[in-house]
Amino acid sequence: MATAVVDRAGEGQAPLSDAVVVRFAGDSGDGMQLTGGQFTLSSALAGNDFATFPDFPAEIRAPQGTLFGVSAFQINFGSSAIDTAGDAPDVLVAMNPAALKTNVAALKLGGLIIADEGEFNDRNLAKAKYDSNPLEDGSLAKWQLLKLNISQATLDAVKPFGLGNKEALRCKNMWTLGLALWMFDRDRQPLIDWLNAKFAKLPDLAAANVAALNAGHAYGETAELAGPLKQHHVGPAPVEPGLYRTLTGAEAVALGLVAGAQLAKLPMFFGGYPITPASAILHHLSRLKEYDVTTFQAEDEIAAICSAIGASYGGSLGVTSSSGPGIALKGEAMGLAIMTELPLVIVNSQRGGPSTGLPTKTEQSDLYQAVYGRNGDAPMPVIAARSPADAFECAIEACRVAVQYMTPVMLLTDGYIANAAEPWHVPDLTAYEDFPVQFLTEAPEGGFKPYGRDEKLARPWVKPGTPGLLHRIGGIEKEIDTGHINYAPANHQAMTDIRKAKVDGIKVPDQGVELGAEGGKLAVVGWGSTFGPIHQAVRRKRADGADVSHIHIRHIWPLPANLGELLKSYDKVIVPEMNTGQLKTVLRDQYLVDAKPVNKVSGQPFTIAEIESAIEEALK
Amino acid sequence: MNEMTTVARTTTLKDWETDQEVRWCPGCGDYAILKAVQRTMPEIGTTPENTVFVSGIGCSSRFPYYMETYGFHTIHGRAPAFATGLKLANPDLDIWIVTGDGDGLSIGGNHTMHLIRRNLDCQIMLFNNEIYGLTKGQYSPTSRVGTTSPSTPFGSVDRPAQPCAFALGAGARFVARGFDVSKELPNVLKAAHAHKGAAFIEIFQNCIVYNKDVFQDFAAPKGAEDRQLWLQNGEPMLFAKGTKGIALDSGALELKVVDVVDGDWQAAGVIVHDVTNRSVAHMLVEMRFGEFPMALGVLYDDPRPTFEADVVRQNAAAREGKTADLQSLLKKGQTWTVKEGGPEL
Repeated sequence: MATAVVDRAGEGQAPLSDAVVVRFAGDSGDGMQLTGGQFTLSSALAGNDFATFPDFPAEIRAPQGTLFGVSAFQINFGSSAIDTAGDAPDVLVAMNPAALKTNVAALKLGGLIIADEGEFNDRNLAKAKYDSNPLEDGSLAKWQLLKLNISQATLDAVKPFGLGNKEALRCKNMWTLGLALWMFDRDRQPLIDWLNAKFAKLPDLAAANVAALNAGHAYGETAELAGPLKQHHVGPAPVEPGLYRTLTGAEAVALGLVAGAQLAKLPMFFGGYPITPASAILHHLSRLKEYDVTTFQAEDEIAAICSAIGASYGGSLGVTSSSGPGIALKGEAMGLAIMTELPLVIVNSQRGGPSTGLPTKTEQSDLYQAVYGRNGDAPMPVIAARSPADAFECAIEACRVAVQYMTPVMLLTDGYIANAAEPWHVPDLTAYEDFPVQFLTEAPEGGFKPYGRDEKLARPWVKPGTPGLLHRIGGIEKEIDTGHINYAPANHQAMTDIRKAKVDGIKVPDQGVELGAEGGKLAVVGWGSTFGPIHQAVRRKRADGADVSHIHIRHIWPLPANLGELLKSYDKVIVPEMNTGQLKTVLRDQYLVDAKPVNKVSGQPFTIAEIESAIEEALK
Repeated sequence: MNEMTTVARTTTLKDWETDQEVRWCPGCGDYAILKAVQRTMPEIGTTPENTVFVSGIGCSSRFPYYMETYGFHTIHGRAPAFATGLKLANPDLDIWIVTGDGDGLSIGGNHTMHLIRRNLDCQIMLFNNEIYGLTKGQYSPTSRVGTTSPSTPFGSVDRPAQPCAFALGAGARFVARGFDVSKELPNVLKAAHAHKGAAFIEIFQNCIVYNKDVFQDFAAPKGAEDRQLWLQNGEPMLFAKGTKGIALDSGALELKVVDVVDGDWQAAGVIVHDVTNRSVAHMLVEMRFGEFPMALGVLYDDPRPTFEADVVRQNAAAREGKTADLQSLLKKGQTWTVKEGGPEL
């Protein structure tokens, strides 16, 4: 999604007027993610707006040629605002039979298949469970088919460099990329520079890859192909001038957390435990030590959050990160952070569940867990990012709320946001207002109260080591003001009320309308990574004259104060979610609105068309 | 032990007592341990504000409320993890972990192991009473086979964990033992504090309600001479008023009890205790009481670089020569500039 596209509301734009969806699919070992990443960069340099969707297996090295070992990368790029990775691909590049089989059904009717026929041998066809060769048996007649022996063409191209057969074939992805660059009239030079830099120590390998790239490009240019292969130029999207880079959600969270800690003037402590798809945040942060970041790979999820709480107690900004199963393990410790009223940021990169579920696939099914998933009355703010770029802003917001209200905060992203890349208009940090933390260093007038409160109901933050303010905290119910152990009925009632009032009172910006009007026939209410398909679907339906508006909620808990009134100003409300209706339940509970669910739990993002049909259905 | 950054000042036992009412059962061994700790603190030259007691859940874990220091009563089994984050956030703090046989070896066994292997500089006092007290008397991972309890009415069948052997196996560089009412306990605590790194102390503690007098066979004052082996670095391993000692059966590679005649322990082959000898430490923690006396005092003490010191060193090295310019970090990687005319590299 392009946050920087001019007129992002895009009321007047023709929907997806000049956008192309390409999916590269191959074996896990074929380098499809890398191919996609480099094609993405070339799209950026061509000035296109774009969105991507990497879709790869959970297995690290699945057996070659198998259906479950297929790795795919989809990119949607165009000359107008792009909000999603696209519904149906226009072009499918299939590097083997398994890649064709698992991806062809998604291809647009009449779309183009480019298949490496060199890989369509009996062995691979059997692995992909094809009875006959689909390139020969006419079963692909709905689509345009371009059979190329990419394997052989690559071997020929890299012959002069003396690579072994296996190494030579690993250049196939560059041959394919070369062809794709020709198809979309792209400059090869940035990619050649990148290859030379990447293989600086292995000049033969660099030269071979460049040769493969050039050969693929030359093939497109010179082959006299009657039929499907045509060059297509997608013009630049009108974006705001400025400095851009590509950004994944994991990078965005890491950078946003660093920015948040700096705005709070605090060192950051990050306790993590490896889990897909959250590990990338740990990886990014562990390289950023000069920003006063300490990272700790703990022995388990519980130790990861507990160490972060320990660090917050010591005066750092404690942060932990995981995905659903790990978040479940952290639940008890979140309760302790709530009870001891210490700042903490918990990032949940949601994935398909329950249990181990679908580790590499996306889902939004941890909303209940985030809002309600702890023992006792344990209120905790929850913020949900809508896109990679938005995750940067949300991470800063999570840090701000945590330190200003002395509370743990959960930041929700998902597997899609974590892995997907989008162009990011690099923000000017001086534009962000800082929120420096004031530690209590001496007893105020009237004496030191560890559980005394300011106007936000936040208690003071005292670093151990501070003379004169010695106190003990813990998970047992606290006495008002003193923080001593207290089991008295009236005290527990009062403390429960205070904890609730503190979180309820967190200042959250009023809810706006992303697209459309305040009030009307239908509101489509979303949260998190469904932003793209909802936005495009609402844009298209509005272009057709439908009275439909898009509302996207960032502050899941507490909800914006005006949200109830806003929802009641529409005749109907539908809530598309990649779960079985979790936000829908919260909205019904909080506002008694008849919000209707639109659900998808396939591990894949919504397509625009799916949301469009839901809108049509609701407006019937 | 920790590097002092605050000015040392003289404190007395009173300075380490809180105004909180102590809520252990009358006669609980925890009272004696609390006193021993409060008595030790003024002698080790640290200050209350620089000291943090971190505990998990269980009877022993109420300890922080009674120490006039900073204190964090955390959740069941997780004290080592909190301590790790706290120490990394502020390596100058002097951290004491208070745990029990259930908290530290059952629900939190994993964290205890990793804290020890990483060698975080702190003291771990594991109060071992061989029973779950706070949950009303279930058998624990250190309960002896056959312990009858509400959850094992026909007697427990699983073999107990050996805390000191566990600690040593996890890579501990300091292992010591004491018991609640022992006069020697403050000396053991002082030695633990003087050790830079994770110092593991098993403290036998008498649960008078659910497991009364289970350590009396060696802890009772009467006949203690014959049943306690107090280890002293550089001294021969003698007990029973010098009439018995511990020697090495070099054929079987095992320890054995030998008689010492006329004080000639050399002739009897009694070993001189070397706290840095890891092989002997492994044998000492495995010594079966009954056949042998109970080994007490500092069993092993051989410091290695600490976790937090290595983290601090690596962080400093990684920061060397770099400026923390976040704006330039945001621009890292391949960027392009969009001008009115279109993008360029």
